[in-house]
Amino acid sequence: MDHILENISILTAAPVLNLGLLIDGVLIGSIFALAAYGLALVWGVMNVKNLAQGDFIMLGGYLTWSLGRHHIDPLLGVPAAFVMLWCIGWVAYRLVVSKVITRDLFTSLLATFGIAIVIQQSLNLAFGPDTQSAHSGLPTLQLAGGLVSVSVTRILGFCLAVLLAIAVIIFMKNSRMGQAIRATAQDARAARVLGIDTEKVYSFTFCLNAAICGAAGALVALVWNVQPFLGTTYSIRLFVIVTAAGFGNLPAVIAAGFGMGVFEQFGGFLLGAEFQQALIVILLLGVLTYRQWQYLRVRQAVQ
Amino acid sequence: MTLASRQALPYLLILIAGVAAPFLFRDYSNEIAVLWLMILFASTWDILGGQMGYNSLGNIFFFGAGMYICAVVQIGLYYDVGMYTSGARTTHIVFTTAQYFTGFAVGTVAAGIGAALLAFVAGWILFGLRGPYFAIGTLGLAIAAAELFASWEWVGAASGISMPVFPYGPNTQKIFFYFLLFALAFLLLVFLRWLYSTNFGLALNAIRDDEEKAEAMGLHTRRYKRTAWAISAVFLGVAGAVFGNMTGFIEPRDIAFPTTTFNLYMVVMVLLGGKGTLWGPVIGAVIFHTIKEVTWTYFLGWQFIALGLLIVVTIVYFQQGIVGWLAEKYPRLFAPRARREEEPALKGALAPQEGAE
Repeated sequence: MDHILENISILTAAPVLNLGLLIDGVLIGSIFALAAYGLALVWGVMNVKNLAQGDFIMLGGYLTWSLGRHHIDPLLGVPAAFVMLWCIGWVAYRLVVSKVITRDLFTSLLATFGIAIVIQQSLNLAFGPDTQSAHSGLPTLQLAGGLVSVSVTRILGFCLAVLLAIAVIIFMKNSRMGQAIRATAQDARAARVLGIDTEKVYSFTFCLNAAICGAAGALVALVWNVQPFLGTTYSIRLFVIVTAAGFGNLPAVIAAGFGMGVFEQFGGFLLGAEFQQALIVILLLGVLTYRQWQYLRVRQAVQ
Repeated sequence: MTLASRQALPYLLILIAGVAAPFLFRDYSNEIAVLWLMILFASTWDILGGQMGYNSLGNIFFFGAGMYICAVVQIGLYYDVGMYTSGARTTHIVFTTAQYFTGFAVGTVAAGIGAALLAFVAGWILFGLRGPYFAIGTLGLAIAAAELFASWEWVGAASGISMPVFPYGPNTQKIFFYFLLFALAFLLLVFLRWLYSTNFGLALNAIRDDEEKAEAMGLHTRRYKRTAWAISAVFLGVAGAVFGNMTGFIEPRDIAFPTTTFNLYMVVMVLLGGKGTLWGPVIGAVIFHTIKEVTWTYFLGWQFIALGLLIVVTIVYFQQGIVGWLAEKYPRLFAPRARREEEPALKGALAPQEGAE
């Protein structure tokens, strides 16, 4: 308890530190927002809650990290992870997800949890349980007399995340496939009647989501670190974001992603880094409880 | 053979097998003790997952909570817990025989009661959630507990607690804990057999089939759900208390709240055996545990990948489970009695309509 008060007094004594935490939170939150958008996409279109989301991120991160280890610029990891995860997403869709779309939601949840375990254990076997990070060799900017340090990698990661998000949004708005995806999300049966191959739409959506996760993972490896078992934490973060925002509401998902980043930076600073994971999970319980309380007033259940 | 004796037969067989097993396979008594624990895990999971239709991914929370409650009570009766956990690495603290058994008994009772209370509180928070939200919420509960215990200095944080040492020799210890776990699992199976035959069991099935209708029919669904969860929590809490003393060392992430091992095994075993049946979880647990114990060492690090694949394959391709598959194939022998009586009646009701068309 004492060190929390101490940390609060540090923040009030040096308000410029708040700025540093805020910037870091926003920069990291952009990655959360990107991956949460993918989750919301699959959730809304296919009604599959993908628990392997965080592990797709870790896969992308490990690809970037191994590129860096082989003296290839890890920035290339972003497109490379996008392509590789697209293929992995396709395999996962063909073998597992396509068979559980029509079943009840717990089935798809558990099936994707199974995928998540396979991925994290394979990563553990291949790369070991150590925490890894890719270094892009870019400098760190010192602002406000060294009190606020912002690494250029993070700014670059932020820009890439924003660019990718804009590209995906334009794609969803204007392209033929994007329109088909949105039509399927609205009413799959009507879409089928009107000649849309919904099977293809589902497959494409899942691959696109996996690819977005891969790119987000590449950014995670650049600005932060990757570890085989961190995937579950990411999945939970993304669930918190999407549950808090509601999956149909794109601006809210993005805002919640940034909020999550900022919340985590401040929470980690105040409570200490060892509480970070507990903090995220407790936030999940908080959001779920709040949603319930909201629904209780109209006598409905959160389902 | 009369109906009553036919129903008692499996219990008699289990009783004989359970009592004879540690003497027949002396070297494997620990593995068999864990098998009873697995049966208990699967059967308690099925109370919610199979009978009530609420798929929890966090039942391990009560197991770990029971373990920690028992440890704290056991130590706290005679020593200061904070001092014990911080001094465990440097000083050896001895419990007398009387102290050990009083502490263990009081701790186990406290673990059962504490776990039930926690289930009431958790149920109060989580039972407004349905389907996947409930699964994720309960998973969050288990992970949160593991993380909080791992940073709580008073109970030893991530380095855990060394439990008081069992006062007799290792063989007595093995037999003692074996029979405790066996008795607990046997008691649970008898209890569930009775529970599923009461109105309470029917209410759980009504909630599974259609919760809104059940509520409209006047069932106080929330109360039923909370009670059902508390029942499984009592057994899990007591099992946690016994298992903590059996291993002699408890630690939050891998022993008390192992979200990706024991916690998932529960679900896999039930799905493998067949959800919503009394014997499905038992059969699933026996098969899963036997395969695991026999083959695990040959996998050399691949075992958890195999576990993930097993989950995926079971859920995608074999969802009805062994008992469900048998009931489909041989409905006369294995289907629940209600369904057997219902089917001919349904056919009779449909026949004239078909004729009229």
